[in-house]
Amino acid sequence: MSQVGRLRTPEDLDRLAAEGLRTLYPTQPKVLVGAASCGRAAGSQGVLEAARAEVRRLGLPWRVSETGCIGWCSQEPLLDLWLPGHGRVSYGRVKPADARRILRAAASGKPDLQQALAWMAGDENPCTASRRRYTQERNGWFAGLPEYTELPIFARQTRIVLRNSGIIDPTSLEEYVARGGYRALLRAVTELQPEDVLREVTRSGLRGRGGAGFPTGQKWQRVREAVGTKKYVICNADEGDPGAYMDRAVLEGDPHSVLEGMALGAYAMGACEGVIYVRAEYPLAVERLRKAIEQAERAGLLGEDLFGSGFRFRVRIVRGAGAFVCGEETALLASVEGHVGEPRPRPPYPAQQGLWGQPTCINNVETWANVPVIVLRGGAWYARIGTERSKGTKVFSLVGNVRNTGLIEVPMGITLGEIVEQIGGGGRDGRAVKAVQIGGPSGGCIPAEQFHLPVDYESLVQAGSIMGSGGLVVLDTRNCMVDVARYFLEFLEEESCGKCFPCRVGTQRLREILSRICAGRGTEEDLALLNDLGWVVRETSLCGLGQTAPNPVLTTLRYFRDEYVAHIREHRCPAKVCRELITYVIEPTLCDGCHACVQVCATEAILGKKKAVHRIDNGKCIRCGACLEVCQPKAVQVI
Amino acid sequence: MPKLYINNLSVEVERGTTVLEAARWLGFPLPTLCHADGLTPYGACRLCVVEVQGARGSKLLSACTLPAEDGLVVFTHSERVERARKLLLEMYVATSPQSKTIQDLASRYGVRQVRLAPAWADCIQCGLCVRMCEQQMMAGAIGFAYRGPKRRVARPFDKTSERCRQCGACLYICPVCELRCHGPQAETTLCSGCLNFAPVCLEVYDHAMCYLDPCLACERGGSHRQDLLLPGHLGRASSGKGKGDLP
Repeated sequence: MSQVGRLRTPEDLDRLAAEGLRTLYPTQPKVLVGAASCGRAAGSQGVLEAARAEVRRLGLPWRVSETGCIGWCSQEPLLDLWLPGHGRVSYGRVKPADARRILRAAASGKPDLQQALAWMAGDENPCTASRRRYTQERNGWFAGLPEYTELPIFARQTRIVLRNSGIIDPTSLEEYVARGGYRALLRAVTELQPEDVLREVTRSGLRGRGGAGFPTGQKWQRVREAVGTKKYVICNADEGDPGAYMDRAVLEGDPHSVLEGMALGAYAMGACEGVIYVRAEYPLAVERLRKAIEQAERAGLLGEDLFGSGFRFRVRIVRGAGAFVCGEETALLASVEGHVGEPRPRPPYPAQQGLWGQPTCINNVETWANVPVIVLRGGAWYARIGTERSKGTKVFSLVGNVRNTGLIEVPMGITLGEIVEQIGGGGRDGRAVKAVQIGGPSGGCIPAEQFHLPVDYESLVQAGSIMGSGGLVVLDTRNCMVDVARYFLEFLEEESCGKCFPCRVGTQRLREILSRICAGRGTEEDLALLNDLGWVVRETSLCGLGQTAPNPVLTTLRYFRDEYVAHIREHRCPAKVCRELITYVIEPTLCDGCHACVQVCATEAILGKKKAVHRIDNGKCIRCGACLEVCQPKAVQVI
Repeated sequence: MPKLYINNLSVEVERGTTVLEAARWLGFPLPTLCHADGLTPYGACRLCVVEVQGARGSKLLSACTLPAEDGLVVFTHSERVERARKLLLEMYVATSPQSKTIQDLASRYGVRQVRLAPAWADCIQCGLCVRMCEQQMMAGAIGFAYRGPKRRVARPFDKTSERCRQCGACLYICPVCELRCHGPQAETTLCSGCLNFAPVCLEVYDHAMCYLDPCLACERGGSHRQDLLLPGHLGRASSGKGKGDLP
């Protein structure tokens, strides 16, 4: 990598972009490995090492580069091969040995398509409103492969926030600039007034992507008008919802987009200092951010007097210490200031009195990453995407019992059914999808009958949930809704800071009642009690955590009351999840006496000789389900 | 000077006044457990919630931390507030049934049932002791430790701090441990309100450690709801109502 000098003129930025293009679309083949945390967990680092070693061994002049989350998480580790003139081809579930085989075949001139998933014939760049075609015609090599944009998981997506994730090397400033990066900042500080930037953001209709959906333009306006000796912008990267990893993917795959967004916000609001509050549990995101800040400072894209405009802006990273509640903005401020991460009542809002008592704008990672595109393309362009009151796109992490899990970005207004059935490909193993849990612990469960609902802030609130930061957990007939509610309340009980009474005691009591129902010891009165407690916790809690904490209970109670009633009246768990209410039995006509279940049973609860029919001693059985998994003739059953 | 509306009465107050102060000044009683004059507002007990009308509908906010602003429209006894307060008090009684302060509040605000098992907690984490120690005694010898269900008032490293002068201010201000209810013993208790109970109450609400004032038994013998909101209810136990009045 070349030593980037300080950029002073637009031409300097052009030169940097040209350098980036050389590595982004090289004339030699290139190997890309999706090496965000999701890829690493699946084993991408081994694949990366193997690819590097193989390229070295074969003496090839090829680049082997890391990239961010490509989005198709169920196929990780993903290895992509860029072949100039032919496009890019993706391989799924690649092991180090597969990587060596794929590279050897490619070097010999005939690519191996055994594990190939799709072929990418070009990419789109929302920053420059252009589409780059990698190849002119459909190539013979990849004739049998579907094109990326034809795959159901990608066909319905609009990638604005994830514009660079999976395409650029996140550690390369040049490649970010080559994709139109820092153009918006250059334009803003040299051509636009702060009011112009603010106007475009307001016009775009962008709303906070952290969950509550406050109009970003309005928030910026308030900070801009507020009086203070100094103003701050903060990026909230304390993502903690179970099953959600949108912000992590953006930070790991495209850290500069967040820095540029913050710099633009600072320019619009008259701030000169920024803080990124990021979870310490995201070490890779922290590392990528540190590197990005260092690069941007060296290139004069952060620091004093950007492009000779006199505007100055610095960013520092503050790492959270593992408290979920610190994603709440006032608790976040307390934590940055070095106090215990506990929220305080608003008003005063952070826009009036935020960090160190000064006007502060706190936005989520995804919100910031949208800003550069809005400034480049104009607010009116952005406002054309989405619905009347919810503009633009939303990133979701689609997880749970769905065929295609992954990181997706969809235009607002798409229905939940389209996300689950088309993008997600429906339930896993052909099972029927029962509900989606949207918005994490603060959100709620929306049943399949409501899948016609469009994804926008108002519709989801009406259904009893919230947009939330973007966790989307698909639940099928194997999930017990009472158990799901209990799980989230257990999480919230642990993560409540404990300052205000209704949240601390309310979540605890709700969890107690739910545990009781799961154990078959609930009463009909408990349902009314759940409703009452849920209502009072929502109405009176101090901060957003408590105010949304009962949502998992209230929505499941609203849509899946029959499951609660089955637990209480019939002492039966319809999904066969709640341990106290299920029994494992061996169907004698199916059991072939293979003894596999006896070997895995941890409590020696299965009796019977080899080749003879087995029996489960229910006094000893702890209902772990190990026997169920190993039983080939499916003789172990749950009743 | 900001002018605000509390229960449709307009009041002008000095800048920096809270809605709690303004409401009390107008004579609207608001219950609190974590508030004390001379200590910074904390907003944790949530008992002083009031309904505030805003652009996007009304919401409940704690009056003790809400600065009085021009044009603010506040209701202190709306149906929503009353329901929230009652449910909160039900949770408080279940948390610390032995607290005289909590029992009195519960009775004053018409709590008639406690559906949750008593936890007999010695602390409701109102934070009064912590602020008293820091702000009035200038000691700062105690503080909060841990989070969520584990959160508690603690001394540094669980050893008595050098700064503790054992002045007892923390005990003095505690609404739970200091004003402990000792049950129906006329000579030693503060209110003896529980003498009003007919045994039937305890049978019906087996979890309810209620020393309610007035109790259900009393109500059956002729309601006196009118004096519920009147201050000085503590003396009411000696009004002659007792088991003898039951039908």
